[in-house]
Amino acid sequence: MRNLNYFFSSIMAIALLFIGCKPGTNGSDGGALASSAAEKVYVAPGEQDEFYAFLSGGYSGNLTVYGLPSGRMFKEIPVFSQFPTSGYGYSEETKPMLNTSHGFIPWDDLHHPDISQTNGELDGRWIFVNGNNTPRIARISLSTFETEEIIEIPNSGGNHSSAFITENTEYVIAGTRFAVPVPQRDMPINEYKGNFKGALSFISVDPESGRLDLKFQVMMPGFNYDLSRPGRGKSHGWHFFSTYNTEEANSLMEVNSSQNDKDFIAAINWKKIEDYVNNGGGTKMATNYAHNVYDEHTHSGTSTMKKEVLTVDPTEVPGAVFFLPTPKSPHGCDVDPSGEYIIGAGKLSADITVHSFTKMLEAIEAEKFDGEAYGIPILKFEDVMTGQVKSGGLGPLHTEFDSNGNAYTTFFISSEVVKWKLGTWEVVDRKPTFYSVGHLMIPGGNSRNPFGKYLVAMNKITKDRYLPTGPEMEHSAQIYDISGEKMELIYDFPTHGEPHYAAGCPADLLRANSKKIYRLDENKHPYAVTSPDQARVERNGNEVHVYMSTIRSHFTPDNIEGVKVGDKVYFHITNHEQDFDVPHGFSILGQNTSEILIMPGQTKTSVWEPKQVGVWPFYCTDFCSALHQEMQGYVRVSPANANMDLSWSLGE
Amino acid sequence: MKINSIIFSSLLTVFLLACGGKEEKKTDGFSVERTKATEQPQENTSATNDVPASERITLDNKGVGQIKSLSLDPEINMEMVEAGSALFKTNCTACHKVDKRFIGPSPKGIMKRRSPEWIMNMILDPQLMVEQDRCAKDLLVEFNGAAMANQNITVEQARSILEYFRTLE
Repeated sequence: MRNLNYFFSSIMAIALLFIGCKPGTNGSDGGALASSAAEKVYVAPGEQDEFYAFLSGGYSGNLTVYGLPSGRMFKEIPVFSQFPTSGYGYSEETKPMLNTSHGFIPWDDLHHPDISQTNGELDGRWIFVNGNNTPRIARISLSTFETEEIIEIPNSGGNHSSAFITENTEYVIAGTRFAVPVPQRDMPINEYKGNFKGALSFISVDPESGRLDLKFQVMMPGFNYDLSRPGRGKSHGWHFFSTYNTEEANSLMEVNSSQNDKDFIAAINWKKIEDYVNNGGGTKMATNYAHNVYDEHTHSGTSTMKKEVLTVDPTEVPGAVFFLPTPKSPHGCDVDPSGEYIIGAGKLSADITVHSFTKMLEAIEAEKFDGEAYGIPILKFEDVMTGQVKSGGLGPLHTEFDSNGNAYTTFFISSEVVKWKLGTWEVVDRKPTFYSVGHLMIPGGNSRNPFGKYLVAMNKITKDRYLPTGPEMEHSAQIYDISGEKMELIYDFPTHGEPHYAAGCPADLLRANSKKIYRLDENKHPYAVTSPDQARVERNGNEVHVYMSTIRSHFTPDNIEGVKVGDKVYFHITNHEQDFDVPHGFSILGQNTSEILIMPGQTKTSVWEPKQVGVWPFYCTDFCSALHQEMQGYVRVSPANANMDLSWSLGE
Repeated sequence: MKINSIIFSSLLTVFLLACGGKEEKKTDGFSVERTKATEQPQENTSATNDVPASERITLDNKGVGQIKSLSLDPEINMEMVEAGSALFKTNCTACHKVDKRFIGPSPKGIMKRRSPEWIMNMILDPQLMVEQDRCAKDLLVEFNGAAMANQNITVEQARSILEYFRTLE
């Protein structure tokens, strides 16, 4: 079915493109020689896109994969949310991935994807994302496009300035948006000021396996740490966080945390803090958080509770942390490809503030401080600021870059993208967005080497852009061609959930490494059957384990008797296909969970607790072959006290 | 690939309808006298089609695919047989049983019916074979349209499986 749907949606997409070819409807100002917008986004049937785009799903909890410039959606990767389409979070193997210190959580709010880097350039091994609500970081393989690891972040609340990686993927960084008591305790909310903390977490990434380890947490004052970006090139070793609510208000925040004329960008010299902890610095603190790891060979996740975290008091590490005053509750905190400019987008301001890394170092060297906040030196605005972009827009939010010295900033309030020049701060072009743009993405835009051909603007409001679908509309994204001096809006496409942020890369970086099958001879699942003669059914008390294999177009076994009401039946199903894109599905009538979709060579487990006597059918849920309709079987369920031995068969 | 297989299966469905239903197992309930129709391709002109594809001798046909010519050592290599037997068990026995006709034909005696090249090409790229080789196409029809799966077998592995087949007289 999946493939049929895909087939029909492709046809629909192509049809829509043709309809969109009418002259004069695309806003192109080009003359007769300019290629039309339709040609620029048209990817002919059988052709493939030039770029991958990974858009966060926001409150869907998942990550979506699109192609550029077509805007076609290829896949939804389940990360923090249960996903019946594949059985993620429902199958026995993947349930542990959603374990936390608060128990099993079937959902989160996924915000910011970031692709792994080597020497500041995209290397396409993994993509990291954050769960905002119950603070977590996930690592997704860009070979299998599956979630491989989820680590919970203790001492955090609203994991928002995350999941950004340093330029050699040494760390994935997770900062708290909401300050919270550390450790958590029963205390009056209005004693927030001076008592709550803002934890900035540095999670190390194993260079070979990608395995995550919460190495240390810097316990900052109780501000709200909004977004962050790594230093690169000359500023490698630093990480920059935007903050708001430096007022430390705890109520009516939309007024009370907008009182200060300036908030801060926090500059953290993590190399210095890393040295400090490597030399025994920091304080171990008792805590409790989950670390969930999925193994590609056992096809199974395991969850481990960790009980300790290393915390660092920033005032104990001189020269490691500074505040850069930045106007009006900055949201975006973006570093240009050279690593020299740190761009603060004060979201209640008209202007964009640009700080200079060189000037920052000079001011630190000269100890030109303008007081301190909780023992952390505050630099003087005039000493670190190197330029302001007088844009004429309102509500600057997020900036990315091309490789020609241009920056592109979204403006939420005035609904536009503004292109400006690094160094001269002059505005080169501006184009409207439809409507109320949040973040934008240029493939590689958060790296030393951006691919400045397309820009994707992720809009918060859709209104009239598509046929109405009731009060709720999918969000809308817009693609701009940024290869010329002026930006050109070339395409609209709907996006799933609420994309807050995105990351993109050239298709060639991932295409060749994308896994096609799991090898059956590498399957280490404890309940796998690697040949059909191992298929069997075993009873252990009221647990029944069905070791089942499947290939086009039958299950082995397909007739099972001797199951009783009150049993807990585990169907461990191994897909014996070794061909690309031939999954099989499984579901059985009355199951209190979802189907599972089993990839070639993979084993997955689905639980069924039959409550009624009868003969209950099961079947394959994914159209797999000409004989897919015949891919079915029966389980006979006898009364709880029946004297029925287990038996199973196929074709007898 | 998917689309191809969907189109192909649609065609096949039409074809199957034209050829009549499956054999019913007699039960205490109602039963209908229906004998299995002889499966014959519609544009049937060749005399060879009087014999079901599974029983035809097509030793001169090398099939379609990367294996163009293959000569076998008179002596069977038992090391390869062992490897081939293990591969066959994991990758093929879901559909092919040595002792009986199952989803697909039994490999028993296949060396007397098919050329070594045909066998390897069928293992290595069953889809291409079904599209372009008459015998493979007829076998698909004879076996209810159960398309043989591509199990991503390497040439070396397929050669071992072939060696194993040599022991199945």
